Amino acid sequence: MIPPPARGDGENRASQSDAPLLPPSARSRAALGLTAAAALGAFKLQVCTSCKAVQYPAREACHVCLSIKLDWRPADGLGELIAETKIRHSHDPFFRERLPWRIGMVRLDAGPTAIAHLHGECGPAPTRVRLQTRLDKSGQGVLVAFPIDKAADMSDDQQLREMTSNPRSRKILVTDGDTASGEAIVHALVAAGAATVWVGHAQPVQKSARLEALRLIPQVILVALDATESDSVKVLAGEIATRTDILINNSEVHRALAPDSGIDFDLARTEIDVNYLGLMRLAREFGPGMRAHAGDGTAYILAWVNLLSVFALGNLPTRGTFSAAMAAASSLSQYLRAEMRPAGVRVINVFPGPIDDDWNQSLPAPKLVPAALAEAVVAALSDGVEDVYPGDVAQEWLARWEESRKVLEKELGIESESRGARDEDAQ
Amino acid sequence: MSISRALKSYGDTVITAPVTVPYVRHSLRSAHAFFACALADLLRTASLDKSDVDGLSIGSFTLAPDSAIGLTQHLGISPRWLDNIPLGGACGVVALRRALRAVQCGDAEIVACIGADTHQPDSFRETLGNFSVFARDAVLPYGAGGPNASFALLTDHYMRSYGAVREDFGKLCIAQRDNALGYPHALFKKKLTLDEYLNARPIADPLRLFDCVMPCAGAEGFLVMPQARAESLGLPFVRVLATSERHNPFPQDPIQMRGGWVLDRERLYQDAGIGPEDVDFVETYDDYPVMSLIQLEDLGFCAKGEGPEFVRRHTFTSDGSFPINTSGGQLSVGQAGCAAGFLGLVEAIRQLSDCNLAIPVPAARFGVAVGFGMITYDRGLSSGAAFLARADA
Repeated sequence: MIPPPARGDGENRASQSDAPLLPPSARSRAALGLTAAAALGAFKLQVCTSCKAVQYPAREACHVCLSIKLDWRPADGLGELIAETKIRHSHDPFFRERLPWRIGMVRLDAGPTAIAHLHGECGPAPTRVRLQTRLDKSGQGVLVAFPIDKAADMSDDQQLREMTSNPRSRKILVTDGDTASGEAIVHALVAAGAATVWVGHAQPVQKSARLEALRLIPQVILVALDATESDSVKVLAGEIATRTDILINNSEVHRALAPDSGIDFDLARTEIDVNYLGLMRLAREFGPGMRAHAGDGTAYILAWVNLLSVFALGNLPTRGTFSAAMAAASSLSQYLRAEMRPAGVRVINVFPGPIDDDWNQSLPAPKLVPAALAEAVVAALSDGVEDVYPGDVAQEWLARWEESRKVLEKELGIESESRGARDEDAQ
Repeated sequence: MSISRALKSYGDTVITAPVTVPYVRHSLRSAHAFFACALADLLRTASLDKSDVDGLSIGSFTLAPDSAIGLTQHLGISPRWLDNIPLGGACGVVALRRALRAVQCGDAEIVACIGADTHQPDSFRETLGNFSVFARDAVLPYGAGGPNASFALLTDHYMRSYGAVREDFGKLCIAQRDNALGYPHALFKKKLTLDEYLNARPIADPLRLFDCVMPCAGAEGFLVMPQARAESLGLPFVRVLATSERHNPFPQDPIQMRGGWVLDRERLYQDAGIGPEDVDFVETYDDYPVMSLIQLEDLGFCAKGEGPEFVRRHTFTSDGSFPINTSGGQLSVGQAGCAAGFLGLVEAIRQLSDCNLAIPVPAARFGVAVGFGMITYDRGLSSGAAFLARADA
C-alpha cells in the first residue's frame, strides 16, 4: 500500500531513515497476551483457570498444577520494587542510542517477579510501585513501573516518551476541521500543547463559521484537503508529510437510513470514498513521508490516528452501509499498521459509538460528546495504546463483541427492528 | 531437609588429564575447532588414541546447530556413550558426575569431558537473543543489558540486604587477578588496583567493567577413567568425594539470594567425609563477584549474609588465607562460554595432582569446584558442586 520513500528531497531525510531502530520485538505466542492487553491500555496477568496461580513470564502451562488452560485477567499491578539498575551498556542498537536506561525487578503482590522499565519518579528500591502495560516502539507490550503516588504529570519521562506520542510540541494534521469532532480534536490538541495543528478543509473557509473560528488559534494552519481527491492529498503530503508527527484521520461521512428505505447506493459509494478510500489515499501519500520522518530519532513515537466507529465491529442495520465502510476501513488500518510498524509509527484506531454531532441527530442518547471523543484521542496518544473504545456505548459494544460476535450480530438485528418500530410510533 | 539414601561413592573412578585450549578474545574458528584441539590435547596428555576414548560429554553454546552427535562425525570418533549438557556454567560439574557413573557402571571406560565455545564480535548478542523463551519475552525488551543487567539487579539487592560495599567485591577481583598473574592462559596479565576497580567504566549500576567477565573463545577438558587405567597410563589423578546438581531451587524466592547448594551441602559434606574447615581452596563460579559470596555462604564457609565480613577476613590469594579461583577465575582468565563451566574444575584437578600451571596452594588436599548457570529469566537455575581430593588424601 505504501511505496518506498522518495529520495533526494532536502526536507525528506529518507536516506538516514530506511531502517529506524526498534527494541527487540520477538515474542512467544503466549507472551502476545501482554501485548493484547497493552493495546487497550489494560494491565492483565496470566492466571491458571484450574488452580488460580498467577504466572509471569507468560507460559504455556501452569507452573503449579500443569494445567494448560491459562487466561489473561485484569490485575492491579501492585508490587514492590526490590532491585534496580541503570543499564549503561546494551547489546541492542535501539537501547544503545538511549543509554542509560533504568529497569527494576518488581515482586508483584499477586506472586511472580517481573522485570520492568522504571519510570523516572520510581525508586530508590525498596519501594511500592504499580506496574502498567505500555506498547513499546516495536508495538509489543512491555511492563512499566510507576510510583504509587502518581505525580501530576507522569508523561514527561524520557523512557516513557519512547513508548508514547504525547501531542505536546508536536506537529499534527487533523484531516477534517469542519466537523464537530474535528473542531473538538483541534481544541484538545492545542490545549495539550501541540506546536502546530494543520487543519484540513474540503470546502472554502469562508463558508464555515467553524473554520473561521479555528483560524484564529495561533497554532492552527488551515490547509486545503479533500480526502476524496487524490491530487489534493498528494499536494498536501508533498508539503508536510515529512514533518508530520501525528496524523489524525477524522474524515468521515454517514447518514441514517430511513427504515425500510432499501440501499442508498450513492450514499454507500460516498461512504466508501471518504471512510475507506480516503484512508487509503492518506496512507499512500502520507505513509512514505511519515515513515521517513520516524527515523529522524525524535523521542516521541510518531502516530497515525484513525477515527473509525464501533459499528465496524458489528453491523448496525440503521447505519448498514456506513458500518460496512467502517469495517473496511478498520481492516485497512490493520494493513497500514503492519506497514508502519517497522518504522516505529504507531497506528491508533478510535472506535466511538454514536457521536453527538450533525451526522447523528436522529439517533437517541447516549451519544458521545465531541469533547469527550477529543479527550480520548489525546489520552490515547499520551498513553500509547493502539485501540480505543471511548464512552459507555463503545465499551458496552466491545464487551458484547468480545463475549460473542454472533450474539452481538443477532441482537443488533433485533434492536434495529424494534428501534424502527419505535421511530414509527413516534411519527 | 530429607536425605533419601546414602549415595554410592565414586570408588575407584577418578579424573585426570586437565587440559586448556588457550583462550583468545575473538576467533574465526567455530566451536568444533576448539573441541578438536581439546580432544587432541587430552589424547596427547594421556597417550591415548581416539578409539580409546569411548565416551564423550560436551557443553557448548556456539556449536549449534550441531550438538554432541554432530561432533562425533566431525571429529571422526565412535563413542558408545554420549552426553550433551546444555547447562552453561553448571555443565562441567554435571558432565563430571554423569561421566563418573557411566565409567563406574561400565557403560564407558574413558570419558572425555569438554566445554568449548568460540567467540566472534557479534556472537554474544546472538546467544542472548536465542537463550530462552523467558529471556526473549520478558528480559531482552527491557534494555537488552544481558547478564550484566540481570546480575546488576542481584548485586544491588545483595548489597542492600547484607551491607556489602563495592570494596568487598573489589577485594575478590584484585585477589583473583593476583592469582591470574601466575597463570599463563589468563587473558588479563596486568595487576588490578582498587582504584582501577572502583573507577572503571560503569556497565549496569552498581556493576563496573571489572565486575564483568570478558567473553572469549577457548576450551577446557578432562578425562574420567578407572583409577587402574590412570595408573597404567602413568597419569596423576584426583578422587571425587561428592558432587551435586540442583535445578530451579527455591522458585518462591522473590529474587535470587541463594542457590541449590543450600539444599545439597549437608549431603555433600556427609558424602565427602570432611567439613568446611578441611577445604583448602574453592573454585567458585565467579561470573560476577556477588555469586562468589553467595556460593561461599551457601556452601557453609560462612553464614548467609556474612559474605562481606568473610571477605574482609581473608586474602583469597593462592599463597594466603582461603584461596579462591587459584588460576584467576573467569574474571581474570576470561569466559569462554561453556568452558567457563569447566575452568574451576580443571584448575582444581591441577592443584590436587601437582600439574600446576598457576601458583600452587601449599599442601592442598581438598578442593571444591562450583558450577552455576542458566539465567533463563531472573536467576541462575542450575547449581552444582564437586568435592575433590588428592589421590593420597
